[in-house]
Amino acid sequence: MTPELLSRLQAARAAQRSVVLLTRLSDGEQHLWPEDALPGALADAAQQALNSDRTATLAQDGESWFIQPFNPPLRLIIVGAVHAGQALAPLGAAMGFAVTVIDPRGSFATEERFPGVTLNHDWPDEAMAALAPDARTAVVTLTHDPKLDDPALDVALKSPAFYIGALGSKRTHAKRVERLRELGHDEAAIARIAAPVGLDIGAVTAPEIALSIIAQIVARRRGQKGAKA
Amino acid sequence: MSEDILTTAAEWAAAGEQVALATVVETWGSSPRPAGSMLAITASGRMAGSVSGGCIEGAVADVAMQAMRDGKPQLLDFGISDERAWEVGLACGGKLKVFVEKLG
Repeated sequence: MTPELLSRLQAARAAQRSVVLLTRLSDGEQHLWPEDALPGALADAAQQALNSDRTATLAQDGESWFIQPFNPPLRLIIVGAVHAGQALAPLGAAMGFAVTVIDPRGSFATEERFPGVTLNHDWPDEAMAALAPDARTAVVTLTHDPKLDDPALDVALKSPAFYIGALGSKRTHAKRVERLRELGHDEAAIARIAAPVGLDIGAVTAPEIALSIIAQIVARRRGQKGAKA
Repeated sequence: MSEDILTTAAEWAAAGEQVALATVVETWGSSPRPAGSMLAITASGRMAGSVSGGCIEGAVADVAMQAMRDGKPQLLDFGISDERAWEVGLACGGKLKVFVEKLG
């Protein structure tokens, strides 16, 4: 890879632009799409690789090409700068997620408690609307406080977020479901919420709860049965 | 530990190291790492990432050293049908192709 191509690739990734690296395997000739114009079949394969977020190989005019998509990182939005959130944020980062913690309570969402994590001190409804969860975003609410959790869940349920989880017992969740119904969410929407949150591993401590949640998020992303709440 | 091997490789190159990049481009069977997995190697012997469970990294490193010297990329085949796999011990029985190139 030439220094020029490497710096273009790194610049695109730093700017959170989706790009595809195409490598001709016979001689190492490389292109960066869509910045470089490419013949139709290669461009189509590049687009397909981005959409599926999977690498591909393509035979074109007797040459083999390796097609490698670079999408911006998956996002993990944690609502509630609480103890379990302190454990979840670094686990999310280790799994490759760009992590944001939302909590308007300044004493919770501090740099000391969340070193190196992006903190958002807006109210969850505003913060969530601004962050605009997409199909590559997971949302977890951890506050137990309806004033903070409900507005975040309201926005999350209207988004295509691939995972929505809410901390709280079955009893807490039953009350939450009632409130979400009043906000106009139907059963199908409410069924998207993983609650009680996390895989059932008998988690007790904050790090154990965080582990059960991140495992469930990974399972959902990879399409495993364990993704079911 | 960062899983962003490309950035680690770019940082090493920016710091003046000679760097080679190995990328899994195709797999069959029970290969432990999926296509797109990367291993960065410097001439000074630093390594980040992986292209297998550790079975072929040594062989890939040898080729990477060669690529850093002559600048020529190589496409390597590892698999049970390949004598080389017996030498390096691809115990999983999978097959994979690894592209090795000089970075920068």
